[in-house]
Amino acid sequence: MSAETTSASGIGDVEGVSLYDVDHPAPVIEAPRKRTKKTPKATRGNFEMYGWLFMRLSGIVLVVLVLGHLLIQLVLDGGVSKIGFAFVAGRWASPFWQAWDLIMLWLAMLHGANGLRTIINDYAERDNTRFWLKMLLYTATVFTVLLGTLVIFTFDPNIR
Amino acid sequence: MPAGTLYRGREGMWSWVAHRVTGVLIFFFLFVHVLDTALVRVSPEAYDDVVATYKTPLVACLEYGLVAAILFHALNGLRIVAVDFWSKGPRYQKQMLWSVVGIWVVLMVGAIYPVLGHAARELFGS
Repeated sequence: MSAETTSASGIGDVEGVSLYDVDHPAPVIEAPRKRTKKTPKATRGNFEMYGWLFMRLSGIVLVVLVLGHLLIQLVLDGGVSKIGFAFVAGRWASPFWQAWDLIMLWLAMLHGANGLRTIINDYAERDNTRFWLKMLLYTATVFTVLLGTLVIFTFDPNIR
Repeated sequence: MPAGTLYRGREGMWSWVAHRVTGVLIFFFLFVHVLDTALVRVSPEAYDDVVATYKTPLVACLEYGLVAAILFHALNGLRIVAVDFWSKGPRYQKQMLWSVVGIWVVLMVGAIYPVLGHAARELFGS
């Protein structure tokens, strides 16, 4: 064997004889944090990333929907003093305002529920407390979204 | 507590705190608001009765507070989006916060008459 073969291992002659050559390659050292078969499978997927993205996208839509809602309900045409059953009936006679309120309800509830989920995760330190607070949150959220949706879809202007 | 170790972030931390506080307040109002609106399925009288409380001077002040919370949360939320998605966002986060505060003050001044006007007329006569 010539000297050139041994120097290909990266260890010079000064260091001594190399353990590795073309027929006996050095073991591959994996990059730190590289995913291998031994890496435990992520159980949550990209849920938190989609949650993060949802907060920003729904937030932008909600700025328009909620500020529009405030303008109509609290500022224009006499402000809050005009609101009553007749006013609601007039608005929900139009599919446009039904859709507006429905989308606003769903986006606001999911945006708020995800925000409160983050806050519970941050401040409730005991596992049990965190679990039950989130169960309470999810129950209240599902109830409120379903109730609101039902009210919008089954509204009857001639209820009496 | 050892001196000088308490983290007191400046604009960034306080806007984050305010965003959380206003978010929680708005969420709790949203629950109440869906419940009171659901009364339209009970009877027109039940709905009009509960909406009458929204027209009292005391609740009008709470509405002004709600508007304050929503406007801050909306404007600061747009700032957060800009910080996250605009390449120069993080560099201008302080300037954007003070813009948010400025726009918020202007809108809150503008909201005084529409939101509180009827309450003032009721309290002091028209």
